[in-house]
Amino acid sequence: MALDKNGIAKRIAQELENNTYVNLGIGIPTLVANHIPKNINVEFQSENGVLGMGPFPFEGEEDADMINAGKQTITTMPGAVLFDSATSFSMIRGNHIQLSVLGAMEVAENGDIANWKIPGKMVKGMGGAMDLVASSENIIVAMTHTNRKGESKLLKKCTLPITGVNCIKKIVTDLAVVDVTLNGFKLVERAPGVTVAEIISATQANLIVDGDIPEMIL
Amino acid sequence: MINKEIKTIEQAIAGIKSGMTFMFGGFGLSGIPENAIKAISNSGVNNLTCISNNAGVDGFGLGILLEKKQIKKMISSYVGENAEFERQMLSNELEVELIPQGSLAERCRAGGAGIPAFFTPAGYGTEVQMNKEVRVFNGKKHILEHALISDFSFVKAWKGDTAGNLIFKGTARNFNPLMAMAGKITVAEVEELVPAGELNPNEIHTPGVFVQRIIKGDAFEKRIENRTTRKKN
Repeated sequence: MALDKNGIAKRIAQELENNTYVNLGIGIPTLVANHIPKNINVEFQSENGVLGMGPFPFEGEEDADMINAGKQTITTMPGAVLFDSATSFSMIRGNHIQLSVLGAMEVAENGDIANWKIPGKMVKGMGGAMDLVASSENIIVAMTHTNRKGESKLLKKCTLPITGVNCIKKIVTDLAVVDVTLNGFKLVERAPGVTVAEIISATQANLIVDGDIPEMIL
Repeated sequence: MINKEIKTIEQAIAGIKSGMTFMFGGFGLSGIPENAIKAISNSGVNNLTCISNNAGVDGFGLGILLEKKQIKKMISSYVGENAEFERQMLSNELEVELIPQGSLAERCRAGGAGIPAFFTPAGYGTEVQMNKEVRVFNGKKHILEHALISDFSFVKAWKGDTAGNLIFKGTARNFNPLMAMAGKITVAEVEELVPAGELNPNEIHTPGVFVQRIIKGDAFEKRIENRTTRKKN
């Protein structure tokens, strides 16, 4: 069965490495913070100016001066630090953040990503996504395998305006874990109960399937 | 000590004119100069170019200036929280230039720091790159981005002193220090204004040299855009 949003987040949490700095985007990526493995220590950066982001505040303890990039009220962890937006993006552009997790509308088999604009519809802007994808050495995309119309989001070529070129390394969807290799998309794992044939039929791009594909362990 | 204290918000914004370029600090509704925005609205100036990471929400923040059609052009990184903004943009009443958030921050910082332009990888290969010079450094492609400066920058800090030195709180710092640097005239509004000498010089975030006018804000609503909490236990 296809994973729900928390299932995708839980699988991505397995990619977290101990003692690293991580930037989580808005949407499914935010949920990754709820599934950090017990023996792993990570510090979350939010690009509006905090490193060492903690959970939501208790009711009644919200502070308008303490929010994340999704404008949600947050808290900070011991050792947290606050800074301005230029310093924040120095951390991102300067490669001091080891992993970025973000959502996407489309990913192409060469690692291009589109996630900021649908022409003719409301254009909300790229926020920090273009800086993140242009700089981070390790970027994981968290998204559903297909869009609301049932069309594949893993494409030979992006159809929407792109956010960055050749930058995505790994995709975790409700159906599969896919690596982006020099030869294109490579199927690495299946969601529990999902067949390789189902994944291939939900993928517009070519999918390299090499030997038996294991199920995700969640 | 140069005393920069201003007593009324009308005096603090004196000299603003239609057609000027303004910067507004803040991220979402956090750390926005609420008092200056209201005063600019009351002044009736229009045809403004406004540089701000976001564009407020309906009826609050820069949403107030949008409603009165005082803004000609918005330069932002993310603008998706405002129905009136969307209406004006889709009907071509409002020009919009979208800039990657890190490039926006650095362009303000560069403007204040006397650096006319810089290369960044953000936006290479996208619409943002259009008509911009591309150069390769260390095997990677970068695009040329130019510094931004404003006729007036309006910023909000937690504490300030009469010399214009500023201390910010929490994530309300965001673009405020950078836009303070980039203003020909920078107007800071603070929650608490103390005589020069009372702030610890070790703890000041924005040196007063970047601030021309400082005023204790009359009232700060500090609206929360997206209230998220957890229950105890």
